[in-house]
Amino acid sequence: MTRFTRFTRTTAFKLSLLYIAVFTVMSGFLLVYVSENTDHLMSEQVVQSVDSELKGLADVYVRGGVRDLVETIDSRSRHPDASLYLLTDFAGNALVGNIARLPTTVLEEADGGLRRVRYTRLGQNSEDVERQAMVRTFELRGGFRLLVGRDLGDQLRFSNLLGNALRLWLIVVVVMAAITWFFVSRRVMKRIDDMSATSRTIMQGDLSGRLSIAGTNDEFDRLAVNLNTMLDRIELLMQSMKDVTDNIAHDLKTPLTRLQTRIETALREAKGEEGYRTALEAALDESDQLLRVFNALLRIARIESMAPGTVMEPTDLNRLVAEISELYEPLVEDEGGRLETDVPAGLMAECNRDLISQVLVNLIENALKYGRPEEGGLVIRLTGLTENGRVCLAVTDNGPGIPEKDQDRVKERFVRLEESRSEPGTGLGLSLVKAVARLHGGDLRFKNEAPGLSARIDLEPVEPDSSRSGHEQGGTSGEQERS
Amino acid sequence: MLKILVIEDDPEAAGYLVKGLSELGHTADKAGDGQTGLQMALDSSYDILIVDRMLPKLDGLAVIQELRRQGNHTPVLILSALGQVDDRVKGLKAGGDDYLPKPYAFTELQARVEALARRPKSAGQVETTYKVGDLTLDRMAHSCRRGETDIPLQPREFRLLEYLMQHAGQVVTRTMLLENVWEYHFDPQTNVIDVHISRLRGKIDKGFDTPLLHTIRGAGYTIRDAVH
Repeated sequence: MTRFTRFTRTTAFKLSLLYIAVFTVMSGFLLVYVSENTDHLMSEQVVQSVDSELKGLADVYVRGGVRDLVETIDSRSRHPDASLYLLTDFAGNALVGNIARLPTTVLEEADGGLRRVRYTRLGQNSEDVERQAMVRTFELRGGFRLLVGRDLGDQLRFSNLLGNALRLWLIVVVVMAAITWFFVSRRVMKRIDDMSATSRTIMQGDLSGRLSIAGTNDEFDRLAVNLNTMLDRIELLMQSMKDVTDNIAHDLKTPLTRLQTRIETALREAKGEEGYRTALEAALDESDQLLRVFNALLRIARIESMAPGTVMEPTDLNRLVAEISELYEPLVEDEGGRLETDVPAGLMAECNRDLISQVLVNLIENALKYGRPEEGGLVIRLTGLTENGRVCLAVTDNGPGIPEKDQDRVKERFVRLEESRSEPGTGLGLSLVKAVARLHGGDLRFKNEAPGLSARIDLEPVEPDSSRSGHEQGGTSGEQERS
Repeated sequence: MLKILVIEDDPEAAGYLVKGLSELGHTADKAGDGQTGLQMALDSSYDILIVDRMLPKLDGLAVIQELRRQGNHTPVLILSALGQVDDRVKGLKAGGDDYLPKPYAFTELQARVEALARRPKSAGQVETTYKVGDLTLDRMAHSCRRGETDIPLQPREFRLLEYLMQHAGQVVTRTMLLENVWEYHFDPQTNVIDVHISRLRGKIDKGFDTPLLHTIRGAGYTIRDAVH
């Protein structure tokens, strides 16, 4: 397909063609209308002036007879204007006037009617030039015939001029329209071509490509912005998929290898039934651990891809926290710690109960593992408050905290600050918390409370909540007292 | 002894299940696809059906729905690789009685099968008092006695003991407790259930000659009389 045929198939081209066609028809209509009207107007004027001329001559004739009429016509004929006169005798010989030649029928049918004739004017070196005129012819007593008329040269020149001007204007309009549309359509086509080119590179696998934005905020810009946002989202999802795959490759290989070694060792060093049993039990533990990691990874990936069907409903956080605290209080106590809750009654948030419960469980278990202070008992606090229009849930311990530089890193999959990895765990707990927080439109944030660490996620509040600002203050000050 | 039908298309998984169940003293049949499974379930009277969700010919959930439509109320345990909360909800809404995500531990399956078999056949038969040895739990009076001693229980401890006694003599796993007593559907990494059990044990067994609450290694817990 050549460049031109491609061009002619564009919507822009078809539209401009239509536009030009419509404009031409409109201009043609205007041209005809204006020229018809001016023609009519000028003819009226000609008729009027002929009639008033006639009236004057009629007066002269009535008062002074043919003699006076001849004199008057003779003197008027000498004026070089558009008026035409001719007086003939009964035989048709011209007595006086400024017309050299005209069709004989005009004088024969002297009924006073108005007609348009071709004639040649007398004198002025223009005998041979045929001109047009409007005339009236009358028969006077004694066979005299009088012709009075007006030359149409001015009128014809004027309508010629008007026609030419309109035609020229039409041509200019069409050319200008064509030029404008050519540029507009080229610009539009260029942007569409840019978009297709970018989308082609993206389809070929380069997800980092983005549509250019001209900054004019026109419909193309808005489309580009929306498509770019969509691409960002897709890239994020792809990235998280890739991360999962990478992490599985890295971190699941180790326990799988360990499992394999154990089984091989058991097979090589057969120690009777008891030995096999022990080895199998160890292998089972290992595979249980693997399954747990795998499940956690899948769960995170699912949450991160904003699993459709996640039920978000207004949830009473006070109750939710109370239930979790009821489940965990004995465990924390057994570990020699204390679990406190501070959530204002009736604090509601739009969230998924199961996921938020799991978030709290993960944070409490983290606090149990890593939040123990050097001396004194462990205190874990579950706090709920409203802040900047969002509902926050915080789990705070009084342990050593996390160094600022590591606070972002711990949210990543499999990252465990404790290098030895001797503590049980998958390194996925906080990744899950982060994913759930994101699903709820918030984020997981850490703050060192000196001593202690507060981990906080924010949730969408449920509407009739504005009246609770008093509680919110209480929650905040409660936290400050502690630090 | 229970008569169990396993509807599972993977021969190895089905064989493993049937063998395991037979070893426990149950009679187990297997069906390799949904249609055969539905026929067998309708023809003979089974105590329990174990149904895989993804089956050839007729989907597992469709099998259950058809069974229920025909007025068959045999307890169904759904076994599936789809283990998310919404998948489970879908399975239970289709007429399943319990849901076990794959991969599963056989002990967990055993515990759940036995729990299903023990389930009262209709609401009218719900017991108001549970008794194991000299331990009595009165659901109406919300009271618990062992021998001559009144044992005060917290509401959640009451529910925990109630669930255990409902399934007296059977193994109850930690996951079953978390799902049924606390209604959570996730895996805590710590032994949080063990702590609650040990507190309960402190209340009902401490100071008495025979322990009733037993830990089954690698599986869970069971409450039973020593004579059992």
